[in-house]
Amino acid sequence: MSTTSSVDDPPEISPIERRLRTLLEHFVAPIEIILRYFGERAIMLGNAMSALFRRPFRLRLFLDQMQFVGVGSLPIIMLVGFFSGAVSAQQAITALRIFNQERFVGATVGISLAQELAPVFTGLMITARAGSGMATELGSMRITEQIDALSTFAVDPIQYLVTPRVIATTLIMPVMAMVFNIVGLLGAYLFSIYFEHIDLGQFIEQFTFWTDPKDYIIGGTKALVFGVTLSVAACYQGFYVRGGAKEVGLATTRAVVAGSVSILVSDYFLIDAFHILWPYR
Amino acid sequence: MNQPPASTSHPPAAPAGNAGPAGGTPLAQRDERWQIRVRGLNKTFGPQHVLRGIDLDIERGRTNIIIGGSGQGKSVLMKHLMGLLRPDSGQIWVDGVDVVPFSDAEMGKLRRKYGMVFQYAALFDSMNVVENIAFPLIERYNLSRAEIMERVRDLLRRLDLANVDGIEQKIPPELSGGQRKRVGLARALIDRPEILLYDEPTTGLDPVATKNVDEMIRRTADDFGVTSVVISHDMASTFRIGDRISMLDQGKIVVSGTSREVLASRHPALREFVETSGLVAPEQGGQA
Repeated sequence: MSTTSSVDDPPEISPIERRLRTLLEHFVAPIEIILRYFGERAIMLGNAMSALFRRPFRLRLFLDQMQFVGVGSLPIIMLVGFFSGAVSAQQAITALRIFNQERFVGATVGISLAQELAPVFTGLMITARAGSGMATELGSMRITEQIDALSTFAVDPIQYLVTPRVIATTLIMPVMAMVFNIVGLLGAYLFSIYFEHIDLGQFIEQFTFWTDPKDYIIGGTKALVFGVTLSVAACYQGFYVRGGAKEVGLATTRAVVAGSVSILVSDYFLIDAFHILWPYR
Repeated sequence: MNQPPASTSHPPAAPAGNAGPAGGTPLAQRDERWQIRVRGLNKTFGPQHVLRGIDLDIERGRTNIIIGGSGQGKSVLMKHLMGLLRPDSGQIWVDGVDVVPFSDAEMGKLRRKYGMVFQYAALFDSMNVVENIAFPLIERYNLSRAEIMERVRDLLRRLDLANVDGIEQKIPPELSGGQRKRVGLARALIDRPEILLYDEPTTGLDPVATKNVDEMIRRTADDFGVTSVVISHDMASTFRIGDRISMLDQGKIVVSGTSREVLASRHPALREFVETSGLVAPEQGGQA
């Protein structure tokens, strides 16, 4: 009896080829996941940015988001900023005292606040407060069909919901980081002068001598980038939520985790980039 | 034109230019009777084949009901009618124009013909009643505040909402279920659509509220002269308000016709649906 193979039968493959394919799939799968993760968010960011230049321009939505992200976060930013400055001063004095160099506290706190603490802590605070709020609001709108309703009125939901949030967060982040800087310096100043009895003149002189506008440019640029990453992470999680209230909660959690991780990871690469651009003195 | 014969199962999709199952005018020509004509509509989501060659005709100025069990693709079909989803294959003719190849911008203009009433109204939580109803006008036109308010108040009056205390400034959480539905309907009607789509409008309502919503749909069709398309699995409502009923089962329209014709159908899925609803006794043809 002759055996005939159907055209639908998969072609026979050798065990070596099968093993190679499995190995390749193991390597390809994680790469695909990473590319998909960043790709989907990049597409959302691209759509949000292109929508910025299309009519209608919704200034009111943008101002509402500035108010929510900026003014709404001001108390928590100031509170955290004050104590971060004070704690930084305390740690710096403890370390500098070993070398009898406490007078440098103004310089060390000033530089670390400007370059690192202000943008990162501001980013984390905005993620926790505004990022979670964005994910929850967009998620709730998705599950109650409010986003579908926008589409039925021929309104682009990305332009209406995502663009104002991303732009407002991105632009307000450097401002909030600067507020953090000022309040943080105040905390450091009060702690150093009134509790550690550091000389006022030394504190101010070392701060003004060692701290450059460059430090604030670095901090402000980092805050700008963190604004993009945290708002895209939050909007993506909320906008594409599927299911019910439980999924909205999970999306909010993911938004906060993704926003915080993206800030800390991009911080590392930004530091590297800035050190290449402006070699450390 | 005569009443169409009840089709217990549709023939395969007709090519463009042919009349298809409902007969009459060629598809690529505005038909006085059929406003929307769907032919051979297919849609898959990953491995799931949701719509399997849908053939459907929506009658102009009438209340058209699409019934079917959960997960049969009713909402997916409605989103195709509205242009919110693109089919894998098939045609959707609206007033003699195949809208499937439309660009996003053309689809946006087409959507002005439609109003949609969502299952749970989908009112914007951040806006009050007036802002919700006026939303399509504000987004689409450059009307004065006085003109917008005049149209909003006219609709509030016609939908029996004007006598509710402080209704204009209320936000959605402050409204009852019935009021939310009516505000949702007002929002759908504000731009004077030709076609009104209702997505399961009676889901989650008690029998009295269900009857009120049915009356609202009936009255809206009469007063505003719109073509209504209602997605439903509520059989009592369906037979109370439907001029034309189509049943969606396993991704296909299996029965289509007037309520009398549909009740006379022997299609097993429809029989099961009708009998479990208690409208007719098992294996009995007429309405109870």
